[in-house]
Amino acid sequence: MNENNKGVLISVNGPVVVAAGLKGAKMYDLVKVGEEHLFGEIIELERDNTTIQVYEETAGIRPGEPVESTFEPLSVELGPGLIGQIFDGIQRPLEAVQDQAGDFITRGIEVPSLDREKKWDFEPKVEKGQEVSAGDVLGQVQESTTIAHKVMVPPNISGKVKSVEKGSFTIEETVAIIENEEGKEVPIAMLQRWPVRSPRPFKRKLAPSEPLVTGQRVIDTFFPITKGGVACIPGPFGSGKTVVQHQLAKWSDADIIVFVGCGERGNEMTDVLMEFPELIDPYTNEPLMKRTVLIANTSNMPVAAREASVYTGITIAEYYRDMGYKVALMADSTSRWAEALREISGRLEEMPGDEGFPAYLGTRIASFYERAGRVECLAQEDRQGSLSVIGAVSPPGGDLSEPVTQNTLRVVQVFWGLEDRLAYKRHFPAINWLISYSLYINNLEEYWEKSVAPDLSAYRTEALRLLQQESELEEIVRLVGMESLSFRERFVLEVARMIREDFLQQSAFHEMDTFSSQKKQYLILKAILIYHKEGEKGLEKGLSLRDLLSIPARERIGRAKYIQEEELESLEKIFDDIQEQISEKTRGEVESNV
Amino acid sequence: MFKEYTTVTEIAGPLLTIEQIEDAQYMEIVEIELGGGERRRGQVLMTSKDKALVQVFEGTEGIGIGSTKVKFLGRVMELPVSSDILGRVFSGSGVPIDDGPEIIPEARLNINGNPINPVARDYPTDFIQTGVSAIDGLNTLVRGQKLPIFSGSGLPHSRLAAQIARQAKVLGREEKFAVVFAALGITFEESNYFISELRNTGAIERSILFVNLADDPAVERIITPKLALTAAEYLAFDLDMQVLVVLTDMTNYCEALREISAARREVPGRRGYPGYLYTDLATMYERAGRIKGRAGSITQIPILTMPEDDKTHPIPDLTGYITEGQIIVSRELSRKGIYPPIDVLPSLSRLRDKGIGKDRTREDHPDVASQLFAAYARGREAAELATILGEASLTDEDQIFMRFSEAFEKRFVLQGEYENRDIEDTLTIGWNLLRMIPRGELKRIRDEYLDRYYEEEGKKVEAQVTHQEENE
Ligand SMILES: Nc1ncnc2c1ncn2[C@@H]1O[C@H](COP(=O)(O)OP(=O)(O)OP(=O)(O)O)[C@@H](O)[C@H]1O
Ligand SMILES: [Mg+2]
Repeated sequence: MNENNKGVLISVNGPVVVAAGLKGAKMYDLVKVGEEHLFGEIIELERDNTTIQVYEETAGIRPGEPVESTFEPLSVELGPGLIGQIFDGIQRPLEAVQDQAGDFITRGIEVPSLDREKKWDFEPKVEKGQEVSAGDVLGQVQESTTIAHKVMVPPNISGKVKSVEKGSFTIEETVAIIENEEGKEVPIAMLQRWPVRSPRPFKRKLAPSEPLVTGQRVIDTFFPITKGGVACIPGPFGSGKTVVQHQLAKWSDADIIVFVGCGERGNEMTDVLMEFPELIDPYTNEPLMKRTVLIANTSNMPVAAREASVYTGITIAEYYRDMGYKVALMADSTSRWAEALREISGRLEEMPGDEGFPAYLGTRIASFYERAGRVECLAQEDRQGSLSVIGAVSPPGGDLSEPVTQNTLRVVQVFWGLEDRLAYKRHFPAINWLISYSLYINNLEEYWEKSVAPDLSAYRTEALRLLQQESELEEIVRLVGMESLSFRERFVLEVARMIREDFLQQSAFHEMDTFSSQKKQYLILKAILIYHKEGEKGLEKGLSLRDLLSIPARERIGRAKYIQEEELESLEKIFDDIQEQISEKTRGEVESNV
Repeated sequence: MFKEYTTVTEIAGPLLTIEQIEDAQYMEIVEIELGGGERRRGQVLMTSKDKALVQVFEGTEGIGIGSTKVKFLGRVMELPVSSDILGRVFSGSGVPIDDGPEIIPEARLNINGNPINPVARDYPTDFIQTGVSAIDGLNTLVRGQKLPIFSGSGLPHSRLAAQIARQAKVLGREEKFAVVFAALGITFEESNYFISELRNTGAIERSILFVNLADDPAVERIITPKLALTAAEYLAFDLDMQVLVVLTDMTNYCEALREISAARREVPGRRGYPGYLYTDLATMYERAGRIKGRAGSITQIPILTMPEDDKTHPIPDLTGYITEGQIIVSRELSRKGIYPPIDVLPSLSRLRDKGIGKDRTREDHPDVASQLFAAYARGREAAELATILGEASLTDEDQIFMRFSEAFEKRFVLQGEYENRDIEDTLTIGWNLLRMIPRGELKRIRDEYLDRYYEEEGKKVEAQVTHQEENE
């Protein structure tokens, strides 16, 4: 690097520093700050002065120290070796960081994101002489037991394959050469780079058509998200955002999971790190870690790197989407990212908007979620990939009217509203069924009808109606007491309780209950609603509430969630038993009346 | 050797501006000499080419322009440590205030610490028996957890914290144990209560105290918890000790931070607290935990009083967003005469689930805890309804649950300040209460445990009772 290009620090204010005389500086270029080479990014240019957000702790740094630009925007490294890794917000692999710095993260550590030594077996998928263009798969390597990593022609490159080689390569070695239109030879290695703040290109977006099956009853049956869909999960502290996100990371039927721990707890990342290699993916029977990429920029790690972490994560996610995979990204919590924006903005003395957040908060949030979707991938062949994004939101005081929640609700299609009142009762997941919604229901009805059951949608509507009725009846009870309700209405309260306790409540920590197949979800709900229908008939024939509540089938419904997936037939029997037991009571009733 | 300046140009609140200086470090420590010879210390908050903004720990009272000398010490704030710091008492800025000998440091540690690499962390799973049923049974503390007590002014949070510090132990192990106590703007009585508790149990020799009292400078509080945590890290990760850190009262810490932020005229976040309060608190609370391959641990119990008992106030709110749960001390229970007045429903221990159960406490513990919560919540709801409409308006089931919740408060939550219940006792009390409820309603407990503890143990209890009655 030319010495003359170096600038000099002239001020330090927390993570924001200003340098003078940094020649050729461009917005969002990566720079190295100070004697210790701390990573930073240019966020403002004004005449000779360059304002930089520094991704590392700045204590002890002083004016006069040198600053140099790398002349490249903050980018991630893409290539085999991402899977199973844990990176910080600017994609430093935390295991390598530990090897270098020990148990605590110190400053100025430089380690490549991806392993440079490791050799991968490259299997060509094109032949010499073939015409290729951006996104076409040149070949693949087996990255983990379940993931074939496609090596694609980078965007902006096309031409004829001059050579392509089968064999064992490091990510920096050339695996193919493309001769472009101008006759120039472009060597292609497995390692590619992409600036994190630019979305990766694709051909076009497609409408969502399939659910992202999560194994969580309240989500899959009541408020489903699609492959390529966007959801948010706001809630006060301790209401269950992280547990839901972890559940989704564990049990969703995605091919790849990118989990971004953005400004949250260290132990939660450790939890994933220790648990995922042990847990088995129900779809592939392989350890979950073999489809997972973790980004961890915990609350005590530098705030500017936290701001970058969601972009690092989503760029990696897009890269796998481009290969044609179904990817799901969880960001826990987007509020911490927004607060990082606010903190930096405050130090820049920008004009604050609502609650001190910068005026561009809304656009940033929208353009982040906009990177999700089901797409036709960039390639000559027909290839589809999807990227679902699920963002946790941590509203101060649980108040949903605050700017981050509001700006998020404007762009997401699914809203899972967590409530502390439910969490206190240990109703988990504490998703309030009266305020939550999914705008994907119409997209999914066809799928449900074909793949789960033709009457699922009707049962769902019926269950939601009963819950709505429950809340109205409860209001009446609170005002004038239970006596004012008819037996039919009291029975609705009992059935609604069953929907809540036997269907909606689902323990993440119970080995059987943690995952529920769609079939099982359907059967449990159907059993409850058949019980309701038959019960109503019974009431008409003179049965008492007590009669209905005491049939043995009812207790069995209560334990249905613990039934093994392999023994679901036993659940199908319950429908007849309900009918049987209620008519038996009715016969008894009729006889005793005679 | 240090550069000394007399060029203070502005004084505002706890802040000094010093000009015509040479490149101060961000966060550098300065020594300020007043006209009369008194010395104070401060820290650089912002530095630019020839100007620095400094916060003065002891406040700016009596500081004048022209007469004041400022010396830049060329380093950030450090705590000198050696194993001799055990048993010692320090001021809120780390100066020994007991009559002990001078400490000859083995190392000087940056009080801001460094983040533990998440890869290096070991997930906390060792059950700590505090002897308090409401905690052990339902909101279990584990070693390496950060579990704050949310309280209100005048409530017995100090007694509860002292009881935990006295009784806490990991079953079946003998290990090196230490307490680090940081008083942040609390009264002399409160602080003294804690110190005498430590003294009475002989724990004082294994304790380190950092004391900033209500009448000590407020700005000093900014560094007191950091000093305490630096000492704790040294004990835990260099000397392999199991360290319990009590920080009280974090509300005073946050107030001090707000004061400085206001003096800097920063754009405030919610209710006047700085936008970076979350990050600031997180850099302290995250200094709890365990590290793979190291024997020691740091368990944190920060105490904070909620202004107006409001849990949504930024201080408890942001704390709850960072810590691994919270123990909530309730004024209502306290009024009912229940000690410890822990409201178990909004209380939470996020690390409970991996710390209890088979091989840790007892196989049935997770189910029992879950059921007790659900039943108590239902009973409390019923009780609320009964106060409006009268007990008669409740269904039979709801009446049962209501009676359960009353008994639960009196028999499970209520206990003596010196009563140390082991986990078996706690679970037995739990089962005895659950037997008030028909078995069919206990959906959260596996059948095998119901068979064993609800039925079999139940019969034994019954037999005992009849036996006693016969004897009478
Ligand atoms: N599905 C569930 N099953 C069982 N327990 C749950 C479930 N969801 C949440 N919990 C309980 O609630 C606790 C808090 O959940 P979680 O950590 O996800 O909250 P959070 O909303 O992420 O809070 P914060 O905003 O502070 O991070 C968990 O530790 C667990 O005890
Ligand atoms: Mg969380």
